[in-house]
Amino acid sequence: MKDRLPGGISIMKQLLTGNEAAAEAAIQAGCRYYYGYPITPQNELINYMSTRMPEVGGAFIQAESEIAAISMVHGSAAAGGRAMTSSSSPGISLKQEGISYLAGSELPCVIVNIQRGGPGLGDISASQADYFQAVKGGGHGDYHTIVLAPCSVQEMADLVYDAFDLADKYRNPVIILGDAQVGQLMEPVEFHKKPKKNLPAKSWALTGAEGRKKNVIKSFYPVKGQLEEFNAHLQRKYRTIEEHEVRYEAINIHKADVILVAYGTSARICKEVVKKSQQYKFKVGMVRPVTLWPFPKEIIRKVSERVECILTVEMSAGQMVEDVKLAVEGRCPVHFYGRTGGGVPTSLEIIRKIVEIVPDNRAANTLLQLAAVK
Amino acid sequence: MTEKIILAGFGGQGMMLLGKLLAQAAMTDGKYVTYFPSYGTEVRGGTAVYCLIISNEEIFSPLIEEADTLIVMNQPSYQKYKDMVKPDGLLVLNSSMIKSNNLPDVKTYQVPATEIASKLGNVLVSNIVMLGAFLAIKKLFSAHLILEQLQAMLKGKKGNLFSLNKQALESGMQVIKTV
Amino acid sequence: MHTIYEKPKSFIDTPTHFCPGCGHGIVLRMIAEIIDAWGIRGKTIGLAPVGCAVLAYNYLDIDMCEAAHGRPPAVATGIKRVHPDHVVFAYQGDGDLAAIGTAEIIHAANRGENITFIFVNNAVYGMTSGQMAPTTLLRQKTVTTPSGRDPINSGHPIRVCELLAVLDGSSYLERVSLSSPENIRKTKKAIEKGFKTQMEKKGFSLIEILSPCPIYWRMDANEAMKYIDEEMTRTFPLGVVKDWEHKN
Ligand SMILES: Cc1ncc(C[n+]2csc(CCOP(=O)(O)OP(=O)(O)O)c2C)c(N)n1
Ligand code: SF4
Ligand SMILES: [Mg+2]
Repeated sequence: MKDRLPGGISIMKQLLTGNEAAAEAAIQAGCRYYYGYPITPQNELINYMSTRMPEVGGAFIQAESEIAAISMVHGSAAAGGRAMTSSSSPGISLKQEGISYLAGSELPCVIVNIQRGGPGLGDISASQADYFQAVKGGGHGDYHTIVLAPCSVQEMADLVYDAFDLADKYRNPVIILGDAQVGQLMEPVEFHKKPKKNLPAKSWALTGAEGRKKNVIKSFYPVKGQLEEFNAHLQRKYRTIEEHEVRYEAINIHKADVILVAYGTSARICKEVVKKSQQYKFKVGMVRPVTLWPFPKEIIRKVSERVECILTVEMSAGQMVEDVKLAVEGRCPVHFYGRTGGGVPTSLEIIRKIVEIVPDNRAANTLLQLAAVK
Repeated sequence: MTEKIILAGFGGQGMMLLGKLLAQAAMTDGKYVTYFPSYGTEVRGGTAVYCLIISNEEIFSPLIEEADTLIVMNQPSYQKYKDMVKPDGLLVLNSSMIKSNNLPDVKTYQVPATEIASKLGNVLVSNIVMLGAFLAIKKLFSAHLILEQLQAMLKGKKGNLFSLNKQALESGMQVIKTV
Repeated sequence: MHTIYEKPKSFIDTPTHFCPGCGHGIVLRMIAEIIDAWGIRGKTIGLAPVGCAVLAYNYLDIDMCEAAHGRPPAVATGIKRVHPDHVVFAYQGDGDLAAIGTAEIIHAANRGENITFIFVNNAVYGMTSGQMAPTTLLRQKTVTTPSGRDPINSGHPIRVCELLAVLDGSSYLERVSLSSPENIRKTKKAIEKGFKTQMEKKGFSLIEILSPCPIYWRMDANEAMKYIDEEMTRTFPLGVVKDWEHKN
């Protein structure tokens, strides 16, 4: 990688925060339009962009508000540019109007949410309480955004890179749903240059109607019947996305007695429980959704046919667990363990919860042994 | 090998840089590494604390519940984090700013880092003095590897900064060798 | 024994979270002094901003309400409709008032809301670690204007008092500073005048206070005071911008 980074570092592996990695990956994916507004814990992203965008000849604007920033994204996306904005929970709430318009206008863009505790001003520590908002719409109308959930700095870089392709491929906004931990954590990261995908040309973009019929970008369908037709088209697109774009990581699902379902930061901790349990008789497996929408229903349905029960772990009062239950449809019990307000579950807490929901000595013995191993 | 280190001081004492140098060295050395700042609420002032984990294996949670090492710069941070060190763990404290007559029952090194740094002409390198001491105790990396990272970070800055930091690192190492 | 200095009763004795040399503490203390001196604690309601002064309610021993970032003028309007005879004031930073909350402050002024606004202009976003504010001076370096504010990409510093002065609904607008004991006394006078404007039902008042943020100006406290006098006041001249008592 020849591109220079602030500080003049040009080695292959770099130690970056998740926020910085998201920014750098966006630049490497060809994003040249970034609009943001400061908010902790995503400040490293906007700060990085303010230095880096001018270096590559791109546009950086610190907007007057999150509402303005998402609307600037609306404009650049309509004009055919690769555009991005980022914020954290309170600011993402403000962006909902714009996201609904972007989805309704079928405009590709990437929106990063480094979640913090809510509701209201909440606090600045890690949280996963915006799952409903990201996955179920957030703004008004029948729409979906593609939602990707990184659990490490490397995955942050990889998913942001892919997000731009997914957005362009489906003409749809893509949300990166991180949290204060994955945003501020520093880990080694590499930026893999990937082969260019064959993406459809943006013949719909506003470029000036020189020699062609005019293009109009809009979400307004006032003539009776038109809006219903448009919504049917959106729904067909969403079904295609559900069919082709589901991503997840499955660990030890074939031998597992209990399956953990978790994403992002809480999945990292679950992984520790899974890895440790492999040397014992009672085994824990895990499904980690990488796309939260489309949700990996199929794999969860499949494992639910075999395991004793499923435990969903989140940093919320219980949001994704509803989608897990919808996928399981009563085939096995679905339990929940969550922490809120900046609380991050520990592996010991998760083990205790498993012991509680599997009232069987086999599980208890193994797992308590496990808990003793530090 | 897994080494969990908590770094604490007040904002401005350079704990961020201390940890970053170790993290960079670990990365260069091919180790797994996570480095995580954890602030309090969205307000200024007070304690800055960082969790650094270096390992030969994949690291799951970047948070530290029990530390192998605590490197601590000032009294309030010391009060707050002293009990997070494992029974067989290590405590490296800045004795210029921390006074305590009942130290926790772990292996403890008292380094007068602020004094040493002011003698070198700049209190701002007290963090590097602490780093030197830690290196001499735990020998995770060579001084050479750390100096390489420092050089890369100071590139473009004024010339004598590097030699000042180098002196600070060596003085910190020397303190340990002479106790 | 003769007391020459006392903590205002409406000011809570608690460790401060502001950085050394910050202006916020001085302003909050003066508000408490006025509330005490005028005996209006029982009929005063304050709005805390989202910014470094977010914890204002930890220092002021009066009824206070939080508002979303930039929305204090609207929330204050709602409170004032319920308690038209109370003294309602909003304490806001420059990001809060002049960036994300621009629409709210302009329309509160335009409606001539009988509310007092204490506007702390420190030319940066303090709380989020020193990014550009709408009041950042040209060429001033901040985290998001690393080579200095360039008007071509980032616009010009907004002069809030002058901007609001053209609205018929505004009654009293003054710009003051915290750069010296004398200027601090003037600031207190201006806040008193703002409260008086409201108590006499003369309408919208706003006091813009040039206030040091040594941390993100990357200066010591003394340099910061000098910076206010020598740099900030060139873009933001001190003085009364509009006064209902002295219409010309
Ligand atoms: C909707 C929303 N966007 C962003 C933030 C993050 N935020 C907190 S304070 C602040 C700006 C603070 O600047 P200013 O108003 O100038 O106050 P100061 O800290 O300088 O006193 C921002 C952007 C937030 N809390 N809510
Ligand atoms: S950052 Fe600036 S405005 Fe905020 S408390 Fe510190 S000095 Fe005051
Ligand atoms: Mg400000």
